[in-house]
Amino acid sequence: MLALHVLSAFAWVAGIVVFWVLIAAVRRTDTAEGTIRMEPMVRVGNAAVGIGMGGTIVVGLWLAFSVGGYDIWDGWIIAAIVLWVISAPLGQRTGAAYMRGTNKARELQTGGQTGPNAELLALNRTSSGVILQFLWSVVVLLVLIDMIWKPGA
Amino acid sequence: MSVLAVARPDSWDFPLFLHVLGAMILVGGLVAGASALGYARGEVKFLRLGYWALPAVSLPGWVLMRVGAEWIYTREGWDDLPEGVDNPGWLDTGRLISDAGGLILLISLVAGGIGVYRLQAGKGSGLLKATLVLALVLLAAYVVAVWAMAAKPG
Repeated sequence: MLALHVLSAFAWVAGIVVFWVLIAAVRRTDTAEGTIRMEPMVRVGNAAVGIGMGGTIVVGLWLAFSVGGYDIWDGWIIAAIVLWVISAPLGQRTGAAYMRGTNKARELQTGGQTGPNAELLALNRTSSGVILQFLWSVVVLLVLIDMIWKPGA
Repeated sequence: MSVLAVARPDSWDFPLFLHVLGAMILVGGLVAGASALGYARGEVKFLRLGYWALPAVSLPGWVLMRVGAEWIYTREGWDDLPEGVDNPGWLDTGRLISDAGGLILLISLVAGGIGVYRLQAGKGSGLLKATLVLALVLLAAYVVAVWAMAAKPG
């Protein structure tokens, strides 16, 4: 079960890395087609984050209740749960920030506009999206630090 | 195992952190690279994106993982075992996969690099397909390595 917990954590971080790569790629994308073409990779990132976040919390709680030496009210476990809860809306808001570009791209494609679009480029270069992604990554990094140092254990 | 984890000396924590963080970045880069190469459907922009995820993300991740591994290996005293005492199987498995994986990553970087260069001439997609296959092989191998390091069978 510990291996499953760790593998879930790897999936979670892998998803975040996929989104960082996408953020770097979409910053130079100013066409509707180019923006929409990112969607399959977004799905990979979403799947990795979903499996990772679900796996870490479900298996993590199972471990906290069933493995000797750990208790659910241990400070470092409570901290990890709090950080996990904080990370969920951060991830959702990051996704929402970048969905504005995707929605604009769909709108342009429906209108038959295939050329470069300055408004789309500005949406794809969202600074709030980058900040949210950075904060999300920091929170996940704090979860990893908490899991390794186990403060108070 | 849980009791051992709780009782781990503080001096092991930072090398372990580097090792795990590096491995996570490595795997993340492989997932990003493989997904971009896999969904590229011949599009140059995505082939380039998929390739560059490997040297820009996976390679630094591998270096960090390997440095952390060697550091914690010595901290835990595995390099100073008494005569006739072997390393545990999970450690050998992890080491073998990380070293062989490093070699495969290097081969995929060279093959993919030539492939990306040849894209200018409208060629190179075959080499980038090979890079994709190697990235997927590496991903599968590292899943086994993560399982071996975390579950410590035997």
